[in-house]
Amino acid sequence: MKKILCTSETHPLTWWLGDNHNNTIWITEYRNKNGYKAAEKVCKNFNPIDVINIVKDSKLKGRGGAGFLTGNKWSLMPQYEKGVNRYLICNADEMEPGTYKDKFLMEHIPHQLIEGLLISSFALQVSRAYIFLRGEYVQAEKILNRAISEAKELGFLGKNIFGSKFTLDIVIHSGAGRYICGEETALINSLEGKRANPRYKPPFPAMVGLWGKPTCVNNVETLSNIPSIILNGVNWYKNLSKSNDTGTKLMGFSGRVKCPGLWELPFGITANELLHNYAQGMKKGLTLKAWLPGGAGTGFLTPEHLNVTMEFSSISNVGSRLGTGLAMAIDNTFSMVSIVLNLEKFFSRESCGLCTPCRDGLPWTVKILKMLEKKRGHENYITLLEELCNQLNTGRTFCAHAPGAVAPIKSAIKYFRSDFEAGLLKNKL
Amino acid sequence: MIKVNLLNSNFRLNSLEKNKIKNQIKYYEDSRSVSIEALKIVQKERGWICDEAIFAISKLLGVSVVDIESVATFYNQIFRQPVGKNIIRYCDSIVCFINGYKDIQMLLENILAIKTGETTQDGMFTLLPTCCLGNCDQSPVLMINDDMHFCVTPKLIPNLLDSYK
Ligand code: SF4
Ligand code: FES
Repeated sequence: MKKILCTSETHPLTWWLGDNHNNTIWITEYRNKNGYKAAEKVCKNFNPIDVINIVKDSKLKGRGGAGFLTGNKWSLMPQYEKGVNRYLICNADEMEPGTYKDKFLMEHIPHQLIEGLLISSFALQVSRAYIFLRGEYVQAEKILNRAISEAKELGFLGKNIFGSKFTLDIVIHSGAGRYICGEETALINSLEGKRANPRYKPPFPAMVGLWGKPTCVNNVETLSNIPSIILNGVNWYKNLSKSNDTGTKLMGFSGRVKCPGLWELPFGITANELLHNYAQGMKKGLTLKAWLPGGAGTGFLTPEHLNVTMEFSSISNVGSRLGTGLAMAIDNTFSMVSIVLNLEKFFSRESCGLCTPCRDGLPWTVKILKMLEKKRGHENYITLLEELCNQLNTGRTFCAHAPGAVAPIKSAIKYFRSDFEAGLLKNKL
Repeated sequence: MIKVNLLNSNFRLNSLEKNKIKNQIKYYEDSRSVSIEALKIVQKERGWICDEAIFAISKLLGVSVVDIESVATFYNQIFRQPVGKNIIRYCDSIVCFINGYKDIQMLLENILAIKTGETTQDGMFTLLPTCCLGNCDQSPVLMINDDMHFCVTPKLIPNLLDSYK
């Protein structure tokens, strides 16, 4: 891996760890390195609206995949009304295939997330925040539990935080496994003890959320960005990046690359740099065939797209999505049919079953892909797949699960049609 | 003929289970939010969720039986039938696919003489697939009970299984 100097100025999310990526930063070390200074500043000197404005000015975008401006999302919360509970939920239900960033942040720098929650709750005037944690993340749960009690002991959570009138409780709610819980309204249903089916929007959770109360849902990495923005200011934050998307992003490359991993990098570095300078390129004897920029629900790109910069707009300009920013390499030994089959098996298993196109359509794509993999596809199978992709596209299903699921199919057919044609019966040798 | 499963009327939640469940209620506006955690608590004690447990949790939380059952059957981690002492989950998502989870799955099925979704005859192991476990940079990944195992190779499997016997 490229040796890089990590400082709080250049790597605000991960500099705490230095070279050692195996440890956890507990409270003493966190405080010694200016931890909880931002929360103190906010509780002592700021009004909630000041914090919202700073986050708005910083242009911080949600790191969960959709890339919505966090400050704008916060502004959707209605005016504070005495006696009406409001909630902040940290979406820690990380389950996107190929994504391993939120787990990393929670296991290594738990206090950064807690401080982020603290500042955000202050801004949104919330007195109880939930961390909706993926059930399988047992280690993260242990670490967060310990970190929360450390923070409580020092009075950073509880009543009258930093001598202010502000009170906050953080509750860890651990799930029981379903990908769809990552969708924010499904997550709210799940937290209410129901099946994780998405809800119709509008009303948006900011108006009618958890138990019908104003609710904001933010991702782990998003919240982890907040303390440094407050501490170092908006201009610094904007200058971190080489692009219109501000700040840094945890990015990675996995698959059969020499050095799969995760790095905090400024938006705007090219995918090529990420693959070659950080992940050290493909393993010996393999060449890159295709890559997914950020999780299973983003469309495939080809080696020709490697010079594209890792940022929301430029990746969508070439027809995919930045998603979670954790890229994945597909090497030349695979047929795209079996890769896509694996993805669709996942999406069809994780369909919540609420709407028919997704519940029935996704298993259908799996069936077709299986036949293509066995080289027993009928002549019309590729057209049929394309048609299914249209039927499952945005606006045709209740939530974004199905449109996400067909992105890899569409792009794989577009760039690697011959792989699919090879699965047709008539082309069998 | 319709087969009716009679409930065992001697079934009781023990006080540990009850206390743990009741303890959770204060964190939420509505006790229904505890349904999933309650199922997890009871499952931890008994290995799986029998019909009687659904009724008992429903009564304790004041949530209808149907509502509890609808959650119990929705979430992957809740078992509505008996499972083995150890739960082996292999990640079958994309990065682990690229790195060869299928060889690992096959070997596990061979050694344990079961298919995915089944439990060994001696009741020691249940084998299940799972979505990406968030360690794709150390793939392939296995989760046995609460332990994670990274960069798993077929060679390591026999010893790994022995350590859970
Ligand atoms: S698109 Fe799929 S996941 Fe979304 S509501 Fe419909 S069935 Fe559920
Ligand atoms: S794909 Fe297996 S751990 Fe992520």
